[in-house]
Amino acid sequence: MARVASKSPEISHNSHDHERSITGWKRWVFTTNHKDIGTMYLWLAGIFGIIGAILSMVIRLQLSHPGGMILGGNHQAYNVIITAHGLLMVFFLVMPALIGGFGNWFLPLQIGAPDMAFPRLNALSFWLLIPSAIMLTLSCFVGEGPGVGWTFYPPLSAALGHSGISVDFMLLSLHLAGASSILGAINFITTTFNMRCPGMSFHKMPLFVWSILVTSFLLLFAVPVLAGAITMLLTDRNFGTSFFDPAGGGDPLLFQHLFWFFGHPEVYIMILPAFGIISHVISTFARKPVFGYLGMVYAMVLIGVVGFLVWAHHMFTVGLTPGVRIYFTVATLIIGVPTGIKVFSWIATMWGGSIRFSTPMMFALGFIVLFTMGGLTGIVLANGEVNVVLHDTYYVVAHFHYVLSMGAMFGLFAGFYYWIGKMSGYQYNETLGKIHFWMFFIGVNVLFFPMHFLGLAGMPRRIPDYPDAYHGWNLVASFGGIIVSLSAILFIYLVYRLFRDKKLCPANPWGEGATTLEWTLPSPAPEHCFTTLPKV
Amino acid sequence: MLSFKNAFIVLLGLLALVIPASASHPEPWQLNLQKAVAPRMEAITQMHNFLLIVISFIAVVVTVLLIYTVVRFREKKNPTPSKTTHNTLLEVIWTSIPALIVVAIIVPSVKLIYEFDRSIDADITIKVTGHQWYWSYEYEGKNVSFDSYLLPEKELKADQKRNLDVDNRLVVPAGKKVKLHITSADVIHAFAVPSFGIQKNAIPGRINETWFKVDQLGIYYGQCWAICGPRHGFMPIAIEVVEEEKFDSWLKSKASETNEPHKNSTPTKSKNQ
Repeated sequence: MARVASKSPEISHNSHDHERSITGWKRWVFTTNHKDIGTMYLWLAGIFGIIGAILSMVIRLQLSHPGGMILGGNHQAYNVIITAHGLLMVFFLVMPALIGGFGNWFLPLQIGAPDMAFPRLNALSFWLLIPSAIMLTLSCFVGEGPGVGWTFYPPLSAALGHSGISVDFMLLSLHLAGASSILGAINFITTTFNMRCPGMSFHKMPLFVWSILVTSFLLLFAVPVLAGAITMLLTDRNFGTSFFDPAGGGDPLLFQHLFWFFGHPEVYIMILPAFGIISHVISTFARKPVFGYLGMVYAMVLIGVVGFLVWAHHMFTVGLTPGVRIYFTVATLIIGVPTGIKVFSWIATMWGGSIRFSTPMMFALGFIVLFTMGGLTGIVLANGEVNVVLHDTYYVVAHFHYVLSMGAMFGLFAGFYYWIGKMSGYQYNETLGKIHFWMFFIGVNVLFFPMHFLGLAGMPRRIPDYPDAYHGWNLVASFGGIIVSLSAILFIYLVYRLFRDKKLCPANPWGEGATTLEWTLPSPAPEHCFTTLPKV
Repeated sequence: MLSFKNAFIVLLGLLALVIPASASHPEPWQLNLQKAVAPRMEAITQMHNFLLIVISFIAVVVTVLLIYTVVRFREKKNPTPSKTTHNTLLEVIWTSIPALIVVAIIVPSVKLIYEFDRSIDADITIKVTGHQWYWSYEYEGKNVSFDSYLLPEKELKADQKRNLDVDNRLVVPAGKKVKLHITSADVIHAFAVPSFGIQKNAIPGRINETWFKVDQLGIYYGQCWAICGPRHGFMPIAIEVVEEEKFDSWLKSKASETNEPHKNSTPTKSKNQ
């Protein structure tokens, strides 16, 4: 609360900034400081990202040869692993890192606010993720494990398919993660609306702030629907209701509609913050202001709005009427237009610029190419009739890994390299960063591109073993998985070197292209900043 | 721009490699869809290949434009950046051209959805029920029904495919319209046969409908495409398309086989037992 009060300009000096007011473990456990909370989000994302990546390597090893026996033929364990991989990557890597981590760190700094609007709520958002993570971990080790896929459709996820308590643990974990997201979203929205520094109108806000704002609205409207679906599933499982059970007058498809009404905006929740980061990185390293700022802002808003109107394109094969399939085909294809505006505006931002190829910029360039590819296969999948032979095949797996494993992750790494100096005070090793980029870039392409071929040839997703004809491309994909793993190890080494070498980072390491407010602060950003509000 | 033209030629060359359809079952190192044996899959293949050309073209344009931009405007070559932030004409163009492309995709796409969603006068109707983890087939009005399980690896004959062949294939007559009524007895499954261009979810409490007509004799394969438990990967579909006469005699022999155990009981009663 004191921090909010210090907004008034008369209490305005940074004298205590050189020394932390609280140190040691208390600094982290009791903190309500947006920077410390952001840092904890990033560490949490890092840890669960590594666990999720290890799980994905188990998947790739299992699929590298027909009749894979890495799990001893325990196919339920395979299903549990794919479920945990999906949930970890979505709820414990991408969202905590992009929204909780970078959002917490840089949304207040970029609008010149001293902290988030509700600092204690902010801490609650983070700490809710810990029991959530514990529940998810437990769910994999009690009972039969949740072998339901990250979409957990009933009746497979109902008592009929999974009678033990694992799925209940998983659902409660999602409830907590959802509550964390909703509280975070309320915090971001309030902060953006009320705590912008003098002169920063909505149309002057940095694009990353816009991206987090749009994301927060998506979370606010989408996650409660998931919470409803989860609650109904929990009562179906435990208290004898039959929302999703046809034997009691319910409908399994109701769950799918509710899930995807959340699930599709969720996809944009993961990618929009990356859009924001990429815009800043490109503008910084091209040393040119963002091209078509208003177009970029309203493209994001439009993507967010239309994102709520396309959910049933995940359900083209459940038996919808032609009219419904046509509507969802058309609505989905329309999203291609604002997405195109973004891609062309990024290129136009670079046009006429003076481009430096530092690591964040390399990741941003990789992002544009690979995200575009993922978006384009989305255009194919959007067609209600073509979708019939691609839905639930590896084509879909390739598509969403191109937009997530390459889109969101390239955005995440671009943000990491861009801001790590500001966050830690130490600059990363440029050579290692470049090697990391190239290994990751080559690795993900070798890993995911062949999956298009597997999907076209009809290989279903979520199977622990496949007909022999699919061996070749699966082996190539697994080889790509090894490259990605090596790049992840190199990244961990890079972080280790960052803290060992302690190469000090200046306030603004990127030069005149970096124009947002965080670069006016020293590196690392002091515990309290903007106690005197800046003017824009 | 010359590089665009060259890129387009290279692209067409690549597509020529990719487009020739493969066999009507999965093959090693396959690059494109399985070969169509039913009209619906032919239409889907055509639509897909049209989309493939469109998206490949866009991918090449974006990539070439990006590479050209970063090479031409690298720091060494262009030390002083411009300050341009707007160009209304350009923004209108890159909004309207993608919009036109979207319209060009929507028109054939919508036509296709209508064309194949219509119900038909079927020559034969088969009820398909998904179970954990096998399919059961019932020839409606013919008093023939049986279960179809994955053929274990050690029982495979030389020409049979691991994880695709089954103990009892679904047998259908060539050149006849076959309607499927698809449902499930437990969790959600998906009945998918790529070379026919069909996939429908098998959902408990619902009956989904789809149909196919295949002229070419042969054995075609599909799998369950919706996660349905630990043995989701092991409930394949094998469909044998045979001449009509052969089908009729097969049906007759199957009917007498099916009738034996249920001689004195209606199907409902046998279910209750």
